[in-house]
Amino acid sequence: MALSYDDVIAKYEPVLGLEVHVELNTESKMFCSCSTTFGGEPNTQTCPVCLALPGALPVVNAKAIESTIKIGLALNCQIAPHSRFARKNYFYPDMPKNFQISQYDEPICFDGFVDVEIDTDEGAKQFRIEIERVHMEEDTGKSLHVGGATGRIHGAEYSLLDYNRAGIPLVEIVTKIVPGTGKYAPEVAKAYVAELRDILRGLKVSDVKMEQGSLRCDANVSLRLIGSDVLGTRSETKNVNSLRSVERAIRGEMIRHAELLNEGKKVKQETRHFQEDTGLTRSGRSKEQAEDYRYFPEPDLVPVAPAAAWIEELRAQQPERPSIRRKRLKEQWAVPDKEMAAMINADVLDIVEETVLLGADPTKARTWWLGEISRIANEKEVALTELTIAPKDVAEIVALVAAGELTDKLARQVVEGVIAGEGTPSQVVAKRGIKVVNDDRALMAAIEKVCADQVETADKVRNGHVPAAGALIGAVMKETKGQADAARVRELLLGHLGQPSN
Amino acid sequence: MIKNTAAQMSAALEKGETTSVELTKLHLDRIAEVDPKVKAFLHVDGESALKQAAAVDADRASGKKLGPLAGIPLALKDVLAQEGVPTTAGSKILQDWKPPYDSTVVAKLKAAGVVILGKTNMDEFAMGSSTENSGYGPTFNPWDLTRTPGGSSGGSAAAVSAFEAPIAIGSDTGGSIRQPAALTGIVGVRPTYGAVSRYGLIAYSSSLDQAGPFGRTVLDTALLHEVIAGHDPKDATSLNAPVPAVVAAAKSGDVKGLKIGVIKQLQGDGYQTGVLARFNESLDILASLGAEIVQVDCPSFEYALAAYYLIAPSECSSNLARFDAMRYGLRTGEADGASAETVMNATREAGFGREVKRRIILGTYALSSGYYDAYYGSAQKIRTLIIEDYKKAFTQADVLVSPTSPITAFKIGEKSEDPIAMYLADVATIPVNLAGICGMSLPAGLADEDNLPVGFQIMAPAMQDQRLYQVGAALEAALVSKWGGHLISKAPALGGAK
Repeated sequence: MALSYDDVIAKYEPVLGLEVHVELNTESKMFCSCSTTFGGEPNTQTCPVCLALPGALPVVNAKAIESTIKIGLALNCQIAPHSRFARKNYFYPDMPKNFQISQYDEPICFDGFVDVEIDTDEGAKQFRIEIERVHMEEDTGKSLHVGGATGRIHGAEYSLLDYNRAGIPLVEIVTKIVPGTGKYAPEVAKAYVAELRDILRGLKVSDVKMEQGSLRCDANVSLRLIGSDVLGTRSETKNVNSLRSVERAIRGEMIRHAELLNEGKKVKQETRHFQEDTGLTRSGRSKEQAEDYRYFPEPDLVPVAPAAAWIEELRAQQPERPSIRRKRLKEQWAVPDKEMAAMINADVLDIVEETVLLGADPTKARTWWLGEISRIANEKEVALTELTIAPKDVAEIVALVAAGELTDKLARQVVEGVIAGEGTPSQVVAKRGIKVVNDDRALMAAIEKVCADQVETADKVRNGHVPAAGALIGAVMKETKGQADAARVRELLLGHLGQPSN
Repeated sequence: MIKNTAAQMSAALEKGETTSVELTKLHLDRIAEVDPKVKAFLHVDGESALKQAAAVDADRASGKKLGPLAGIPLALKDVLAQEGVPTTAGSKILQDWKPPYDSTVVAKLKAAGVVILGKTNMDEFAMGSSTENSGYGPTFNPWDLTRTPGGSSGGSAAAVSAFEAPIAIGSDTGGSIRQPAALTGIVGVRPTYGAVSRYGLIAYSSSLDQAGPFGRTVLDTALLHEVIAGHDPKDATSLNAPVPAVVAAAKSGDVKGLKIGVIKQLQGDGYQTGVLARFNESLDILASLGAEIVQVDCPSFEYALAAYYLIAPSECSSNLARFDAMRYGLRTGEADGASAETVMNATREAGFGREVKRRIILGTYALSSGYYDAYYGSAQKIRTLIIEDYKKAFTQADVLVSPTSPITAFKIGEKSEDPIAMYLADVATIPVNLAGICGMSLPAGLADEDNLPVGFQIMAPAMQDQRLYQVGAALEAALVSKWGGHLISKAPALGGAK
């Protein structure tokens, strides 16, 4: 019992399989024109089609097909000239038709790959994850089980159903089995999901928010004895809602499987649910009796047959691959590793790049977005992109500072003003009457006033205690309403009090 | 007046000899008088029909340009959703359900000013050939009230045949318009698959279902066909093509030089003597009108019935899964602590009739892994072969013909305990549905042995629906002149119609 991870990998080789569900960010649902906006009042984004009223029929959202083809192309897949929708039949209260329209034997994209890189003690290592298929389907509604201890259907007093999510376009990306990752399996899986997230974000086809469920990962794990070519029994872990959880879930399952196998027990083929708090999985429904979904071609829809010319057009519009783009920007902007990671985590690459393209210095642009503007966004609990400040504003502010028309401190007031909706940076400057005081005479007047007010402090400085100058400089800045250049004030003040200024 | 054709009523409205309100009242009176015997309607909405009629009359009075069927009353099969009006598909599981939306067919009818009198009886979810499978009791054939009107659109056919409405809407998945038209002595057309939107048509078998018109004449049927056909973006399988000129074809009715193919497989054993006699007589008439009669061979038709009874149940097993007591319709079995699954089971047990359950079970089995290839898969292959048979036959003939039904109207209860015997009633109509083409049934006379109507079936390639009307109108004109009136005028009186 209680095996260590090292014990596991000394004896077993993990084999992975990853299924990622992505909610597309189309404006309307997969088969009707209902809105897909997240967080609406329950059952307000529904119609006869997504409620499966008698007689209602699905019609495919062309935008969803376009997004799926874009994904397929980004994952190096073949695009089927002819693919079909199929019905996956099973009863569940949150699925209005009691079948899900999906794709079965004819997915729209197939046979692709994604290369991922992880950092290891032995340096960077690359792994190729082969993609089996990318297909379209629709999401289910949401059940809320009320009463009972666990929020699960068993033991609940009653259940509430919200069909707003029913029919939201989903794309399922399924890998082939991934052997050969050895001890790196958890990290490779995490890197794969991260890479996928970045690719999807670059394509602008999904919000890819794992915490909101717009990107969901099911992790299949099995173990086999090292050297064996017989696959072990797999478990499928659902509910893995963050990158960190992908890694933890796989590591945890590897250990759980190894413990069972070492005790001579069998791994059950089943669905398991990841528990964010414990990092463990618990058993879901058993798959010992394989569920029979009675797939058959969806007779209400015609086959999907994208024109070859259209596919080529979409191929030509493919954005730069995220990994390549990251490398390019890091070099072009000369960003240290840590700062680069911070930008990626904060998801500001796009916005910084736009700012740089408008002429801003990369370091300055990065500092504004990652620093002051992120701070305000956090304070307001909104996304950076929801603030009214745009790359062109930041570029203008950087230019004003470079021209000496603003100090950093004044620039912060301008940022605040732009975000408060007071207009462009120059408008804010004009309206608030912000300007750097460049007039040495005005500064000297303020300095003399301050020194007269604070005679004791001024004397300390005169007597060589330079650090005491800080208080005086602060007072001068206050006197000049922050519009003075602090460095110039310091220079003049120290000169005035007979001290060297450097 | 109610014994007139829709075209005659339309002319009378145009001339101001009558009003839509008057016409509607006459039909509502007729329904009140004979429907207790015929039981064609599940729901009659007199008040809203009169309101609709008054609106059309007002439009007419204001000089607005109206279509030919504006102000004409119509009976609607209960399989089509009509906003705010009970729509049950003949099933207890949808008892009292009122759709919050109009099917496209209903929207088109309303836009054309057609007055909807009410919803007609049908075999539950359109599964049946006699209307005996309705959850609300059978409909009776106006020609002989001890017999069925056929099905599944038996209510619509009986309503037209009994002069309760001049025109009606049905749906045809395996013959459900043509067979009841044949058994009640009227005209019925199943348009090309995709010609009429299925949006709002409660699905039985999605790849086979198609709504279509009933009338007492070929022209009336064409007028209604033109109103309901056309592309609908809400139905992905809807044809995006101009509606064939069916009204013009019904008015021309010329068969000179046309090749008419008689399908070898759709006659002979199992076909009633009187049915074959009337069929052959009609062929002779068509020949005398200048058509060339040829024999065509469709060897795969032998397997059509078997293929149909795998494909239709398979699709229905999935289509009917939505009736689960969660969002609408019947809900039962809600004892304390009952799970959703228990409620679903109890509701489906109570709400579905025997034939529906039989087909759901059949279809569930046919789609199961391990059986899929042998059943659903093979059936699809046969479907392809039937399409090829038709393709070849249509190189030899412009239209194909057969008796619509091998037998005339059968007694209530005669076949209801023997599903296979019931299924055979559709042997001649099913191939059209499997191939997605169009077909018409029109009256060919009465069988000598029982004095009951015989239907003559015409089939045309997909999107060539006008050919049905062209040939149908020619044959109808010759037969009417031979009989000295429409066949329907020979129907026994059910009451003192004016």
